Amino acid sequence: MTLKAKNALLFGLAFLVAALAPVGISSKFYLDVLTLIFFTAYIGQSWNILGGYAGQFSFGGVMFFGTGAYTSSILLITFGIPPIFGIFVAVLMGAFLGFLVGYLSFRSGLRGSYFALITLAFAELLRVLANSVEFTGGGVGLFLTYAPGLKNLQFVSPTGFYYFSLFLLVISLAIALWLERSRFGAQLVAIRENEEAAEALGIDTLKCKLYAIMIMGGMGGAAGTFYAQKYLYIDPPISYSIALSVEMLLVSIVGGLGTVFGPLIGSIVLHVVNEVARHFIDTPGLSLIVYGVILIFIISYLPNGLVGLFRKTRGKKEDGGA
Amino acid sequence: MTRSKDLFTGSRRKFIRGASATFALAAAGLSAPKIARAAGAVKIGLIHPATGWAAYPAAQLRYGAQMAIADINAAGGIKSMGGAALEAVLGDSQTKPEIGAAEVEKMNEAGVHAIQGCYQSAVGLAASAAAAKYNIPFSVDVGVSDKLVQRGLSNVFRMADGYGRIAADASVNLAEINKAAGSPAKTVAIVHEESEFGTGTAKLVTKALASHGLEVIETIKHANPTRNFDNIALRLKSAKPDIIMPINYPGEYILLAKTLRQQRVDFMASYSVLGGGFNFKFVDEMPQIAENMIDVNHWYDPRSTSGQEMRARTEADGKYFTFEVYCAYMSIMFLADGFERAGSTDKEAVNAALASSTLDIDFMPYGPTKMVDGQNMGSRAVAIQAQKGDVQIIAPSDYASASAVFPRS
Amino acid sequence: MLSTSLSLLPAGIINGLMFGAIYALVALGLTLIYGVLHIINFAHGAMLMLALYSAYFLFKILNIDPYVAILIVTPASFFFGYVIYRWGIGKLSGGKDQNILLITLGLSIILENAALFFFTGDQQTISLSYSYDSLDLGFLYLSYPKLISFIASLVICGFLWMLMSLTDLGKAIRAVAKQREGARLVGIDVEHVFAVTFGIGIACLGAAGCMLLPIFYVDPYTGNVFVIIAFTIVVLGGMGSIVGALLGGFIIGITESVGGLLLGESLGQIGISLIFILILIFRPTGIFGSKV
Repeated sequence: MTLKAKNALLFGLAFLVAALAPVGISSKFYLDVLTLIFFTAYIGQSWNILGGYAGQFSFGGVMFFGTGAYTSSILLITFGIPPIFGIFVAVLMGAFLGFLVGYLSFRSGLRGSYFALITLAFAELLRVLANSVEFTGGGVGLFLTYAPGLKNLQFVSPTGFYYFSLFLLVISLAIALWLERSRFGAQLVAIRENEEAAEALGIDTLKCKLYAIMIMGGMGGAAGTFYAQKYLYIDPPISYSIALSVEMLLVSIVGGLGTVFGPLIGSIVLHVVNEVARHFIDTPGLSLIVYGVILIFIISYLPNGLVGLFRKTRGKKEDGGA
Repeated sequence: MTRSKDLFTGSRRKFIRGASATFALAAAGLSAPKIARAAGAVKIGLIHPATGWAAYPAAQLRYGAQMAIADINAAGGIKSMGGAALEAVLGDSQTKPEIGAAEVEKMNEAGVHAIQGCYQSAVGLAASAAAAKYNIPFSVDVGVSDKLVQRGLSNVFRMADGYGRIAADASVNLAEINKAAGSPAKTVAIVHEESEFGTGTAKLVTKALASHGLEVIETIKHANPTRNFDNIALRLKSAKPDIIMPINYPGEYILLAKTLRQQRVDFMASYSVLGGGFNFKFVDEMPQIAENMIDVNHWYDPRSTSGQEMRARTEADGKYFTFEVYCAYMSIMFLADGFERAGSTDKEAVNAALASSTLDIDFMPYGPTKMVDGQNMGSRAVAIQAQKGDVQIIAPSDYASASAVFPRS
Repeated sequence: MLSTSLSLLPAGIINGLMFGAIYALVALGLTLIYGVLHIINFAHGAMLMLALYSAYFLFKILNIDPYVAILIVTPASFFFGYVIYRWGIGKLSGGKDQNILLITLGLSIILENAALFFFTGDQQTISLSYSYDSLDLGFLYLSYPKLISFIASLVICGFLWMLMSLTDLGKAIRAVAKQREGARLVGIDVEHVFAVTFGIGIACLGAAGCMLLPIFYVDPYTGNVFVIIAFTIVVLGGMGSIVGALLGGFIIGITESVGGLLLGESLGQIGISLIFILILIFRPTGIFGSKV
């Protein structure tokens, strides 16, 4: 069997297991944990597109999530538009925001930490605005009514949300896989490795980076709707605080920058470490100290991320183990 | 790095195997019930923000709840269930609604018979909704949003007040205090924090005050967190309100009080509603600033022996007797009484018993419990004032332990 | 309403100036670390928090006035910073930027939760005997702690400027910042210089913490509220520029204060983000930054 076919089989098997998990796992808590893991992996992947593949780190990724959450929620509350349609508008709004931020930032030639910081500034700007404007509910936030049903993207049991998040995860993996195989993806990698050289080679770096941030924005927007419909409450801190931005980059870097499965692996490992630490350590704070230590440990010994455990050098052909 | 290379030379399969084994072990460890102690115990889940900006109130809430559980067990446990002991199952919401909801799922699988929480209304909303799916009795120990009890959920209860009733109580108390002094105060300035707590309470108080002839001439909303209150103090100074009414969290509450003093702002009284920073610690550490400040809040009845004893015990344990302690204690008592009267842990029966509770809490200035749609109508918030290093209840008069010093000296 | 706000403008500007000096001190540490080592220190807020706690405990247990405690906390912070970089961050990151990011992130998690574990989450404040004494300016009472902090910030900035411009160490630091490899080639111990710079940056935080304690409060999470502002100032003033950090601190302090007066304390926060964005778009190197 060729390597490609072998990988496809593995992938298909993993997907089957994931799809059938709710049948085997009776614990709703574990389904919930898996849902959160998939969600983090999904949103981490959105960061990975711009940060890992294109090499443009951002600290403001949460703004797409928050904008998407507000978009679909406001459409629902004020205009009665069900989230099943609202989520697409959220995706568009996220992409549009990505375009705005990207255009302003990339056009000014911002790179590296400057770019990362300006995305942080935009997220902060949106947070302050959301706090002060009426239609976002201001500091009070928005409360959504509990009304399970597919058109509301609300589900009575965690199983529904599990499949929703699995669906999002698969889409994110597909996008990354497509990137790895496509010319566009190669262009992004070229930009990451050496932007001047890429420019010299004739790649329209501005356009590519814009597309990348728009993909990130669109993905983030959908994530926002997911969250809003699951937890039925959003406010400026939930929607625009830095915590989620950090989590996005955390799982991607720990898992493996610019890889398809990096964010997923990072998400799984970090969540498991967190859960296990909390499970065995009751004292507040102590478990997080352990988490911090493990995080430093992972990064120190696996500078290429966890995915580095699976391959010694990039591009080297795996022979399925010896 | 050479090290990882050596470890994993050509052994991808081995690694996957190893990792899966570790993963399975971890999962098995997680699924083993954490507390494998007394069988037949009545498990009460406690969900609080043990890590994060609200860690201190969470610690106080846990402390109060665990004290109550110990006391009830020492007195024989749930007698109608053969002396079954209460047992706490601790959960950390990490200040996030999604984690709070996840904790509910975890606790449900650990077989909890009731849940108590969550300090933050947003977390309480998510957690109680999750609990509603399984009909688990949910008692809000601290959480002021009225939305908690307006959703028609038959498993959610709250012994203490929500901001609706507190706002009303605050206005009634202020009117009473003002009248007793000859009604010198006519105007109020509200300084509130920007989230639902501050904004929601401010709105309700403004309305309630109007019906008592007190006008809110200035409403200042501030960010969370606010680093600097100088300008707000100056604004208040130029607005010259008779009463300044802070509605915010501890850090900002204290900063504002200090800044008002620094800028020599003149006013008849600082009359806060749900003042986060008004407690024994504040009065103890900053007596000059705290002197004669008034707050309307959950408070215990200082004339009750049980209240005095609880305070003594708490302080002997090196802790301050903050409202979280007795609100959590009261909530456990309420739940325990529900189990006692239901005679079992059957959720339907317990919820029914809780809904019909008439429990009278000796150490709180409350009437007997009367649950209407999950809200205890027997509850009340009282006006407390720092007087000479101690805290007295100054209104309503049937619970007052001292008369108000108003205007402040 | 607007008239009230306008009449308060002079006071607002002074207030902004006073607090801006403290912001500048926090940013000072960051601009050095960022300008020279090119690393974004996610643990900056946590380290400010540690400085605040140090000052707090020195006051509570040994009755040492925070402004005197500066003499203890600042060198201790330098030491702490040096060690953390030399045998922590520098070693573990293998030089990769994203790994340094995550290591400082891990460090901040550890520090915050260690503080939570040891000190509890309760806010702690102190009251000095002169906390409420002030200079009467007529339209504003300038409290002594704020005034002392303002002057101390200026002094420290001046001192640091002299260090960077006039001493051999300062020259070495500037050399390493400009040309890492070149500096190494002329015999400068780059790792040592990095660690010293990081140490100086944390020492600034030590001083900032002492000056902040009397006019603020401390809990395990207080450091974070200053960090975004610090970053804005660093970028505004120009990375690595001490004068820039001071000026930037004043500008941001005044912007925040005036913004709060004119737009309300909630929306007024927007001034900071706007300045941040505008500077990055139109002059990313900042006021005093040099073109890279």
